Formats: sequence, structure tokens, C-alpha cells
Amino acid sequence: MKIHSKTKRHLVPYMFVAPFLISLIFFYLYPLISTVIMSFQHIVPGEVEFIGFENYAKLNDEHFFIAIKNSFVYTTLTIAVLIPIPVIFAATLNGKKFIGSTIFRSVFFIPSLVSVVVAGTIVRLIFASPDGALINSLISYFNITPQKWLMAGKFHAMFLLVILATWRWTGINIIYFLSGLQTIPDELYEAASIDGANTVQKFLVITLPLLKPIVIFVTTISILGGFSMFEESYILWQGTSPSNIGLTMVGYVYRKGFQSGDLGMGSAVGLVLLVIILVLSIIQLLFWGFFKRSES
Amino acid sequence: MKTVRTILAILILMMVPFAISAGGQTDSAGGDTPITFWTFNELHQQFYEMAAEEWNKDNPTRKIELQAETFPYNDMHNKLLVALQSGVGAPAIVDIEISKFPNFLKGQIQLEPMNEYVNPVVDQLVKSRLDIYAKDGNYYGLPFHVGAAVMYYNVEIMDAAGVNIDDIKTWDDYVQAGLKVKAATGKMMTSIETTDQWTFWPMISQRDSDFFNPDGSVALDNKANIATLEFLHNMIYKQKIAATTPGGNHHSEEYYGAMNAGDFASVLMPMWYMGRFTDYMSDLKGKIAIRPLPSWTVGGKRSAGMGGTGTVVTKQAEYPEIAKEFLAYAKLSEKGNIQLWSFLGFDPPRWSVWDDPALKATNKFTEYFVNDDIFGLLLEVKDEINPVTITEQIPQASELVKGDIMFQALGDQSKTPAQALKDAADKLRK
Repeated sequence: MKIHSKTKRHLVPYMFVAPFLISLIFFYLYPLISTVIMSFQHIVPGEVEFIGFENYAKLNDEHFFIAIKNSFVYTTLTIAVLIPIPVIFAATLNGKKFIGSTIFRSVFFIPSLVSVVVAGTIVRLIFASPDGALINSLISYFNITPQKWLMAGKFHAMFLLVILATWRWTGINIIYFLSGLQTIPDELYEAASIDGANTVQKFLVITLPLLKPIVIFVTTISILGGFSMFEESYILWQGTSPSNIGLTMVGYVYRKGFQSGDLGMGSAVGLVLLVIILVLSIIQLLFWGFFKRSES
Repeated sequence: MKTVRTILAILILMMVPFAISAGGQTDSAGGDTPITFWTFNELHQQFYEMAAEEWNKDNPTRKIELQAETFPYNDMHNKLLVALQSGVGAPAIVDIEISKFPNFLKGQIQLEPMNEYVNPVVDQLVKSRLDIYAKDGNYYGLPFHVGAAVMYYNVEIMDAAGVNIDDIKTWDDYVQAGLKVKAATGKMMTSIETTDQWTFWPMISQRDSDFFNPDGSVALDNKANIATLEFLHNMIYKQKIAATTPGGNHHSEEYYGAMNAGDFASVLMPMWYMGRFTDYMSDLKGKIAIRPLPSWTVGGKRSAGMGGTGTVVTKQAEYPEIAKEFLAYAKLSEKGNIQLWSFLGFDPPRWSVWDDPALKATNKFTEYFVNDDIFGLLLEVKDEINPVTITEQIPQASELVKGDIMFQALGDQSKTPAQALKDAADKLRK
């Protein structure tokens, strides 16, 4: 009887983690293993054959490199925009003297509730090419010639993608940073004030260093989000962007796997993407000293 | 004992929904046969819904219930490919567009051959249109149309510029007319697609060229194709009588709006584009005249067979026999072919109906367009249509034309026409 209850007690933790483990096995581990296998196969309905590294050899393709470059530039730009701006906004919203901070918090947060399809369609229409479209008619007040935004080339394309990302994600990042700011004890600021520090000094010397864990977290999810971006560009150009100006890594997976019906090739690209994200995340964490043992 | 009874009661209660749904199933089996249908074009859906109504009138004992859905072009083809590959989720009947069709003829083909319905009437059909959806002697897709490419002129603008459209015989005449239009009205003669193939492909087909040679080798960067792309480039940047299409192609909302507002004097599109005029550009009613294409040389070919959609029955159809019979009824029968014309404005692939009086009757197209006898125009050019070469590489070639070549040569001009064509052709040859 005693043994029985002991085994029971041993089983309990496993039962608690079981739902997670089961979903991990079925929704992550199984697809991952099957992707690895498929990346060495040529797959058409009813016929599957192993072809070794042929899919990987086919990656030596101009479009693949364009996709990597686009994803890389997009990720870099979104990180460059989506960390400083939300930090400043969050610090402002956190200020005691700021009136209406609750209203502004919700205003900034609302865009992230909008579906990317809706947001993308709206951006596509306000940046449409006719002179009468919203943005074109606005800039013509300032004597800037109307642009064919979506069809103008890679700089315009990247600009639109970053604008869309900024609009959607600023709110979420503000929430992350706000929660970080609220853990910073007021005493530190009080002490700094007594020492005669001004607002800017306090921000640079107290706020920023103490926000570091949040910055690391946001950078990590931004790398993941940036490299896995797909829907935004898919909606803006309805599938194929001219001259691949909006082609991303996931877009390339989609093109090879689904549009051309080559699931083996799609799996190979997907795995390369996985490796790239993994390496970049590790480099980033090393840079922040995340793996060092804390000195205390 | 009490617990056992409670458990039993719960179990019985859980059975109730199954019992009810099982009862429902027997009911529906006795009623209309459900047939699922996917397409990427709203007008196609309307056509099949009308055909299903007709079928139900003609077959009161074997009624069908068509469950039709329209998806965006890329989404539908991708969904279908995944459904056929994985073996679940495909509809009974589905439209597959020509430039995607070869993707569905790979491996063990997941489509039902339609031979039993095609073979008896095969000598009355435009054979080249059937062949593009066939493999190893099996006909899988039934065509919608011949797809004759024509020129749509806005006669209001042409009259304002003093141009008689019947005087435009060659592409050189067309450019001259364009210069007149530009000078008189300030408007563009035409728009050229940068993210689609419907301007470029018909023009090369007219001069006996194509993406591929009949033997399947890549022809994309041959002399005729380079000359054609340079011709388009000149119209935009040298003569300045054409603009790149707003929105990139002639199926975008931006273009419909601009054309409807009278921004362009003409557009080259196949005959099947008539429905887009009537449904999406209603302000141009009574202002558009259809003419054969200008030819490259005097007496040269004045049209090209463009585009196409093969409707197929998939192996996943729950009731394949009735689905095939319905599809043949809608698209192979003489009645169906007459309706392809009067309802969709498609030039029907069964030529035995071409002299049927019904094709001369008034319909929404004869009311919309200036022409009195639109079908007569098709009969006039029917022998001037080259077949297109469809190979397994068509999906990639079409993707390169839509995604790379047109935009690089005409849009951002990052490559010369010759260079853009050559780079793409090299990719296909790899």
C-alpha cells in the first residue's frame, strides 16, 4: 500500500506535464522529424523516392539568396525600429505625470489585435498607385510626386513592410517594456534625483540597464518574427511580388512547397531557415552575455 | 450500483447526437446528391450554379446539390495541391488554371479521366484545347473556351482622337494611332501588364513563338520574344503611349477603376475578358468595340489562343459517376457550350455549335459592346490561332514571366528586355 502511494506520487508530475509533452511530440517533434526526412525526398502524389542531397543542391538559386537577403534586411530594420521607439513610448507612458496613459496604452495596442490580412489589405489600398489614393494625395500636398508604392522596387517594398510591422507591433512591445519598467523600484529614481540626475540621465543610467532582460527577450522574438514573416508580403502583393521584392524565406518555402508542389524542396528550405534562426539567436544571446553565470 | 446507472445514462446521452446525425444521413442520400466545387473565379461559380439548376430540371429524379466556393487564385490551387497530395479534403469538381495544370499531372494522377464522355464527341471539339489537359491518352480537364485574344478599344477616346479603329491593321498602325490618341487626348493608348502574362504571351504567339518550342526546349529568349518585349518597352518609354498596368495586371481592382474611368484607350486581352467588362467596368457600356489584334506583318495572324481553365473531377469525389456526368453536361454538351457563350461570353470549344443561331442572339455582351456580331469576329480569326506548347515546366516559366521578366524589363527596368529573358531562360534550362 505504501509503495503504491509512492509510485502514485512519482507519477503525478508526469501527469501534469503530459499535455505539454503530448502536444510537443505531435505538433513539433513529429513534424520536425518528418520535415528532415522529406527534405531528402522527391514527393509527388502516390510516389515518394529518396534523392539524397538533391534538394539542398538546388538551393543554389538566385531567388533563394534574394529571399535570405530580404528576410535579413527586414529583421534588422524591424529590430532597429521596434526596440527604441517602444522603449521611449513605454517610458513616457509610465511617467506619473502623463495624463491619459491608459487611453494611449489601448490606442497603441489596438493595431496588434487587427488580423494581418485586414491590415495588409488596408495598407495595400492606402498605398495604391493612382494619384488619388490616400498616401499619394497626401504627399502631393507637399509637392512630392505620387509613387507607385507597391510596384516601385525594393526600397519602397521594404519601407511598406517595415511600416506595416511598426504599426502592428509597437503596441505589443510597449506592453513588454511597460511590464519591465514597473519592476524597477522607485527608490532608485529617488536616489538619483537626490544626487541631481536629470530625466535623460535617469533614463540612460537606470531605466535602460534594468530593461536589459526585456530587450533581450524582445530581440529574440523579433528575430523569430522577422525571419518567419510571410503573410504581410503575401497580402500586399497577392502571392507573387514583382521581381521578388517582397520574397521572404517563408515565402520561398511556400513557393517551392505549395505553389510548385515540391514538398521535398520546401522542407529543405524550411530546415535551412531553422538553422539560420538558431544560429542568429545563439549569437545574439552570446552577445548579451546570456549564457554567462550570474556573478552574484 | 447508482454510479453504474449514472455512467450508463451519460453514455446513452452521448449516443444521441450520433443517432440523430445517422438518421439525417439516410435522409440526404434519398434527396439531392451533394457535389462540392471549387473555383478561383466568381463568374465560373455562377456558370456552374446555373448549369446545376438546368441539370435538376432535366434530371428530376437525380437532382444534385452543388456546393460551390470561390477562393483567391493562388490559395485555391495550393489548397487543392495539398488536398490531393495528402488524400483528404479535395472537392468533387474543381477548376484548374492552365499555368498550374502540369503540377496536377505529376506522379499518380489524382484526377478522374473523362474519356468516356470526351471520346464520343472528340471530333467536334477544338483538339488543341483538350490536349493541354491530357496525359498518356487520358483527358482529365474539360476546357472553358478557345481563348481568342482580341483588342478592346474605347471608341469614345478613339473618336476624340479621330482614329478609325478599322484602319489599325498592324502593330505599327497601332503605335501610330497611339501617338494620335496621346496628342489629342493626353491619354495612354494601352496598359501593359508587369505581373502577369496576358500582354506578352499573345503577342509572341501571334508571331509563331512561345515560351517553349514544340519539342519542349526553352524558347523564352529567342529573337521574336526579345523583339516583342523591346516593342512593349518602346511603347512605354520611347513613344510614351503606354503605361504599366495599375496594380500590375488586368485583374486588379486598381486597373478596373482606371480603365472604367477612361484612362486607357484600349487593352489587349482574350475574349474571356468580356465578362470582366460587363461585371466590373459598367461605366464603359456602349463605349467598347472588339476588334482582332493588330498583326505583326500585313496578312499576319490576328489572334492567339490564351489562357484556359480545365475543370476536373478528383479521385476524392464522393459520387464520381454523377460528378463526371454533370461536368460533361455542363461543358461538353451542345447546350452547355451555347451557355458558355451566352452566360460567360466564352468562345466555346465545341465548334459544332459555332453556327448555331443562339450564338448570334442578343445577350448581355452584345448589349454591352459596340459590336453587333461578336461571335462573327471569332469565326473570322479562328484559323489564325496558334496552339500553345504546354510542358511540365509551364508553371515555372509562367512564374518567371509574371514575377521576374515583365517587371524587370518594363517596371523597374533593372534589366534590358534581352537580359531579363535570357536570365529567366537560363533558369529554366538548369
